[in-house]
Amino acid sequence: MRTISDMFAEMKKIADEEGYQFNPDSIQLNDILDGLWENEHRYGYPSCPCRIAKGVLADDMDMICPCNYRDADVEEYGCCLCVLYVSDDWATRKHDPIPERRPQEYYEKGYPAILEQKGAGGGDMVEVYRCTVCGYLCGREEPPDLCPICRAKKERFEKFDKIY
Amino acid sequence: MKKNIRPKLYTLSTCMHCRATKRFLKEHGIEYDFVDVDKLDGREKEEVLSEVKSISGGVRFPTIVIGSKVIVGFYEDKLKKALGI
Repeated sequence: MRTISDMFAEMKKIADEEGYQFNPDSIQLNDILDGLWENEHRYGYPSCPCRIAKGVLADDMDMICPCNYRDADVEEYGCCLCVLYVSDDWATRKHDPIPERRPQEYYEKGYPAILEQKGAGGGDMVEVYRCTVCGYLCGREEPPDLCPICRAKKERFEKFDKIY
Repeated sequence: MKKNIRPKLYTLSTCMHCRATKRFLKEHGIEYDFVDVDKLDGREKEEVLSEVKSISGGVRFPTIVIGSKVIVGFYEDKLKKALGI
């Protein structure tokens, strides 16, 4: 089992590469990392410390840190739910708790199987965006701020139109 | 401080906001009851989770009950108001 500092070092390496920032308040940061590590220890994966896990990997898949909701929350509210990841302008923002983006029914039924999700196909499919620089494709509400593959900025993404 | 109001907290032992809430109450000398839902198992966990849901309409932490008031999340100003401090 890796130690808390091993865990943070691995997270920090990826965050630095991808341009993500951690909570600058060291007391809060330590509390959050402590909770994450506790979950990793208990469940075998670092489930969000501020969400109740079922302890079944498939059910908790969307809230393993970094959770599926991080990017949208950092963009809209300046931080993710547990405040591990923050935006560049977080210091100047109001620090009230942010709303829960994870649908409440997931707490009962768990994260839905791929074929039950929005984006699995059909009329309800999410947009697909293509990085015009490297061709990376992602299906989500908005393109990422930075392409995780080639670091191109959000503006370099275009909608990848579906052919029916 | 208003008498006879002993806050009841539904918390996660791992959650920074929950820890901050407990710290805040301790610093203000307020005694409280709490349940760390992540430390429960099986049926007990399910029961407490449905209790949380019936109180606030969702499963979010911390959920704080002070008398007839319910506060979801660590809001210092709301807590102070509800506790009369």
